[in-house]
Amino acid sequence: MRILARLVVIAIVAVALGVFIIRGPGPLDFAGGTKVALADYRAGKPTGVPAKLETASLVERGEYLAKAADCMVCHTKPGEKEYAGGLAFKLPFGTLYSTNITPDKDTGIGNYSDQDFLNAVQHGKRRDGARLYPAMPYTSYPLMTDEDVLAVKAYLFSLPAVRVKAPENTLSFPFNQRWAMTFWSAVFNPDTRFAPDTSKSPEWNRGAYLAEALAHCGECHTPRNLGFALDNRKKFAGAITAGWHAFNISSDKATGLGNWSDADLIAYLSLGHAAGHGSASGPMGEAVDHSFSQFAPEDIRSIVAYLRSVPAQPSPDLPATTAPVAPASHKEGITADARGKKVFASACASCHGWSGESPVSPMATLTGTWAVNDPAATNVAQIVISGTKRHTPDGALSMPAFGHAYSDDEIAAVANYVTARFGAKGSKLTAKDVAELREQTAE
Amino acid sequence: MATKLTINGETKSFDAPPDMPLLWVLRDILGMTGTKFGCGIAQCGACTVHVDGKAVRSCVLPVSAVENRAITTIEHIGSTPAGSKVQKAWLEAEVIQCGYCQSGQIMSAAALLASTPKPDDADIDAAMAGNICRCGTYVRIREAIKLAANGRQS
Amino acid sequence: MNAHHDVSRRALLTGGLATGFLLAFHLPLRAANEPEQKDVTDGKFAPNAFIRIDETGRTVLMMPQVEMGQGTYTSISAVLAEELDADWSKVEVQHAPPNDKLYGNPTFGLQVTGNSNSIRAWWTPLRKAGATARAMLVQAASSQWGVEPSSCKASKGEVAHEASGRKLGYGELAHAAQGQTPPKDVAVKDPKDFVLIGQPLKRLDTPDKVNGKALYGIDAILPDMKIAAIANCPVFGGKVGKVDDSAAMRVTGVRKVVVLDDAVAVIGDHMWAAKKGLEALKIAWNEGPNAAITTKDIWQNLREASAKAGVVAKSTGDIAKALASGDRFEAAYELPFLAHASMEPVNATVRVTKDSCEIWTGTQIMTRVQSEAAKAAGLPVDKVIVNQHLLGGGFGRKLEPDMVVAAVRIAKQVDYPVKVIWTREEDIQHDVYRPVYRDQITASLADGKVSGWKYKVAGSAVLARWLPPAFQKGIDIDAIDAAVDAPYDFANFHVEYVRAEPLSVPTGFWRGVGPNNNVFAVECAMDELARKAGKDPIEFRRAMLTKNPRMLAVLNQVAEKSGWGEKLPPRVGRGVCVQPSFASFIATVVEAEIDDIGEIVLRRVTSVVDTGIAVNPDTVKAQIEGGLIFGLTAALYGEITIDKGRVQQSNFHDYRMMRINETPKIDVTVVKSGEAPGGIGEAGVNAGPPALRNAILAASGVALRRLPIDRTLLAVGKKA
Repeated sequence: MRILARLVVIAIVAVALGVFIIRGPGPLDFAGGTKVALADYRAGKPTGVPAKLETASLVERGEYLAKAADCMVCHTKPGEKEYAGGLAFKLPFGTLYSTNITPDKDTGIGNYSDQDFLNAVQHGKRRDGARLYPAMPYTSYPLMTDEDVLAVKAYLFSLPAVRVKAPENTLSFPFNQRWAMTFWSAVFNPDTRFAPDTSKSPEWNRGAYLAEALAHCGECHTPRNLGFALDNRKKFAGAITAGWHAFNISSDKATGLGNWSDADLIAYLSLGHAAGHGSASGPMGEAVDHSFSQFAPEDIRSIVAYLRSVPAQPSPDLPATTAPVAPASHKEGITADARGKKVFASACASCHGWSGESPVSPMATLTGTWAVNDPAATNVAQIVISGTKRHTPDGALSMPAFGHAYSDDEIAAVANYVTARFGAKGSKLTAKDVAELREQTAE
Repeated sequence: MATKLTINGETKSFDAPPDMPLLWVLRDILGMTGTKFGCGIAQCGACTVHVDGKAVRSCVLPVSAVENRAITTIEHIGSTPAGSKVQKAWLEAEVIQCGYCQSGQIMSAAALLASTPKPDDADIDAAMAGNICRCGTYVRIREAIKLAANGRQS
Repeated sequence: MNAHHDVSRRALLTGGLATGFLLAFHLPLRAANEPEQKDVTDGKFAPNAFIRIDETGRTVLMMPQVEMGQGTYTSISAVLAEELDADWSKVEVQHAPPNDKLYGNPTFGLQVTGNSNSIRAWWTPLRKAGATARAMLVQAASSQWGVEPSSCKASKGEVAHEASGRKLGYGELAHAAQGQTPPKDVAVKDPKDFVLIGQPLKRLDTPDKVNGKALYGIDAILPDMKIAAIANCPVFGGKVGKVDDSAAMRVTGVRKVVVLDDAVAVIGDHMWAAKKGLEALKIAWNEGPNAAITTKDIWQNLREASAKAGVVAKSTGDIAKALASGDRFEAAYELPFLAHASMEPVNATVRVTKDSCEIWTGTQIMTRVQSEAAKAAGLPVDKVIVNQHLLGGGFGRKLEPDMVVAAVRIAKQVDYPVKVIWTREEDIQHDVYRPVYRDQITASLADGKVSGWKYKVAGSAVLARWLPPAFQKGIDIDAIDAAVDAPYDFANFHVEYVRAEPLSVPTGFWRGVGPNNNVFAVECAMDELARKAGKDPIEFRRAMLTKNPRMLAVLNQVAEKSGWGEKLPPRVGRGVCVQPSFASFIATVVEAEIDDIGEIVLRRVTSVVDTGIAVNPDTVKAQIEGGLIFGLTAALYGEITIDKGRVQQSNFHDYRMMRINETPKIDVTVVKSGEAPGGIGEAGVNAGPPALRNAILAASGVALRRLPIDRTLLAVGKKA
């Protein structure tokens, strides 16, 4: 009996230690300063909406916050009604579909009380008690104030109700056992609200709230641990999410944002493009279009201030420097992959040029971007497959999706050619790699 | 707000939204219809013009990006040495069928010859693969570029 | 002479060409600030609908067929000028106005350019027209000189009386010739006397195509004209539901949003405004009953239909008995939907007033455009003027009037001229598509030859919609054209046709038309049969071409010129195709390499063509070269697929075209022949796919039976 009890104790300690090790630090633990309860913070107002919207209606405030939290992109299937759900998330163990969050009573959230809504957003608990999967960033949203969450609800309830049922998830066992997420949440979803750090500036605190509670940057940019939760020991060090490489946004000088100027960061977030750093595409392009581009300028500056404080995390998989401009002549520079060159000449050179500097738009310049300097060529292959459409103040800029008519072999070849010619080190993608990337891309 | 462009050596002044592609400025505002619309996404090359002597797809080129730069179109390419050679070779080799893509083909070929006076097959592939010809005149385009380069045309 | 009057009252826009030729097109308003030019043919020698000569000798030839790249303006002019003995350097061409009586294609009775028959159909009528005019000029001269007409000779725009050394130019004779009675049954020339026909004359239309002067429909510019972009309902047969145009109307330069029952158009100062306005529109479509259709449904339907017995189109010998013995072979070949994707996207410019409708466009069907526009405008046909332009590619797309009808419906709602341009996306997604076909061939082999041949074609009857009277007894004569007209000597021969219209997808003629499916199926099956018989593909065919000397001759020549039988590296193969399409005899060999991952490199194509008298041998070569690339493009990449009732492809990034860096060396030999001319504009299209497919069979052992080529089946170690 005693031995058994001892074993149980050892097991509990082991699990607790394991949980501690796996869970690691929280998203804001790196700052290390003195945290105070929000109510006790007097230096500024890190939560809520920017000053110009302070007197706006609840719905308007909710709209700003909903955009800042980027709800729409995940809760809208391309080409379908906004917020009506149905977007597929292809995971290794099946497909998840986002839900309808319009106020339709049967298929949406029309019957949700305030408490139901808070439970879902902050605790990952559905109105019927079922557990949500953490594709929904309910590990970030607990940092939001109840007031802000409910403002978002008010906004969603102001939208037209759309009656459409999201498809059933197709997860395999054991991942289809929603109840199991209770334990996951218990470990990975500490139910704590945002607590300002008095050792930091009000601007930093606002940035932290926006980046962590709303924009949930870490969900893509922070690597995940064995429990599929964010590993904040490597905060913002970059990760592969939904088949795209979300690059290092820590303050590392070589592979992170350490060498980006404030102007570059502001331009990238608000316009989706910074000279010499390329253009946002894939999920980040959507985040810029639907979220960051709608931010008040002071909020963008706050995020920049916050990002600057995140400790440097080197990305050993990326080169220390990006490659310079390639020669203007197709014959000079790296021309190894004949098949890739052929595709590039046919479909790519008109916009991207043989040098990598676009003859038509700085947004199409390849030189200097992480995408072409990533020896894994993940984003190069993805953008070739699915294209991009960016909305800027100067109009839309788009690249067509070549994935329908070009084979996996051709896409691998052109990605290898592009990374070799315009990047620091050529990739070695195979058709199989491209096929897997296609699988991972949501929709 | 008036936009000013230098096209074929002449200054043109007009009103256009800054994001308007040069193609539509040429065709719909300036009435210069030699430059053709084919795809609108820089995949076919029918809209090719020269900006500072280089071949560029005008269908994706915002007019705001080419102020203070020298634009040459098919209407004027014959007055450049390479352009004139290309035009003659095109007729000599009887390249053209429907002709719709040929403004762009000729602009691409003229830019190629201006930078690479004696292009080999690889140079021709690199410079011309962005221009689609639905009539399939590619064999003669290659032949005509070589003819233009070697000066054998009458 | 109504047409003539209609022509001559219109001012001509002319452009001088370096060569001294002159091309005239109707685009009077485009030339608003140029001095008005008088129609020089008024009141001059106009012996028939095709020839006008003024007193300066300027010779204007009226073109009943349209120029879309195939070289008709030059070859038709050569035929007319040959018999007229015109001075070629004084020849100008002008497009004929819509008039079926004067300019109707003799084959169709309609003013249509298609089916590769411009020269075939007009060969005799135009020669007679030219010869008659020449005779009248000779009569005029001889009566002036008081000599026998037979003692005079016409040449290069002059009539000469050799005995006296007198000469008169056609210009000097124009007035007098106009008063002559046209002789009946004038003799045409003996082909040995041809001076223009058979020469590689320089094309009349190309000098203006190197400098941007040539005017296509899309280049029409009229005073006060606005530009419209159109969105057709993405689902075939769907209608417009609700349109919210508030954001569109805020786009700078947008003038008006026009809502039709099945399409919405935004009119703007320029295409950019129209396009941005269209993107800003919120359109709710009533997608209708076709909104769930997929390619899979369409193929299932077609396969089911093709399992049924068809209507017998031709049957000789005893097919049942023949198939019951010998070595039996069965195969089904499947071809996808294809879009035309001519480089000039579909467009039309229209001005509608209370009592008139004027159209500027490039069309293959002048009179049908006129009558359909009249219906749409609610006006009598004679109130509709059609100004024909050069076509930036036709390929059959412009055998349809839909783009003109849509433009008329839009223009009716405004009081200015409007140019309606389809974006490439609209052009690809709202085409009339080359139908899907399923062709089943059952054959038997005996003594190394085909002893029985049963061929069942299943597919859309395009002709039944396009020219209903031609659709008789359930047989679409286009869909089975080269099936019944097989080049081989098959003792027991049977062809059936099953009409199977694809769910919701509109079908139309696509360069190469019916023979595209027939030549592919026949030539693929012949290669598979040759393998079964253990014979070389050319040897196998030769044995069954003994009664077809012209075909046998081109096959023998192509074997020699292509190096047939010479050793090739591994995974390189040669494939052959012989075809009797469009009354031309063509044999083609494609040499292709399949790399380890199944990518195809086209190394070389050799074609030998006997098209009878080649009016312009260089044009014949060019048409075969271009046709081959058109067909090979389809074989390599062409497929339109449907999901949710919509076309999934939209532009050249997903509807791929062959490019110069994929183009092989192409060697075309035109056989000298005295036979009547055959058709040439489409024949090369038929030749490419089967010859390539057979080269792949030779290189890899994989017998593909579907197009486009599925390269994943061709990687090393794969077998179909």
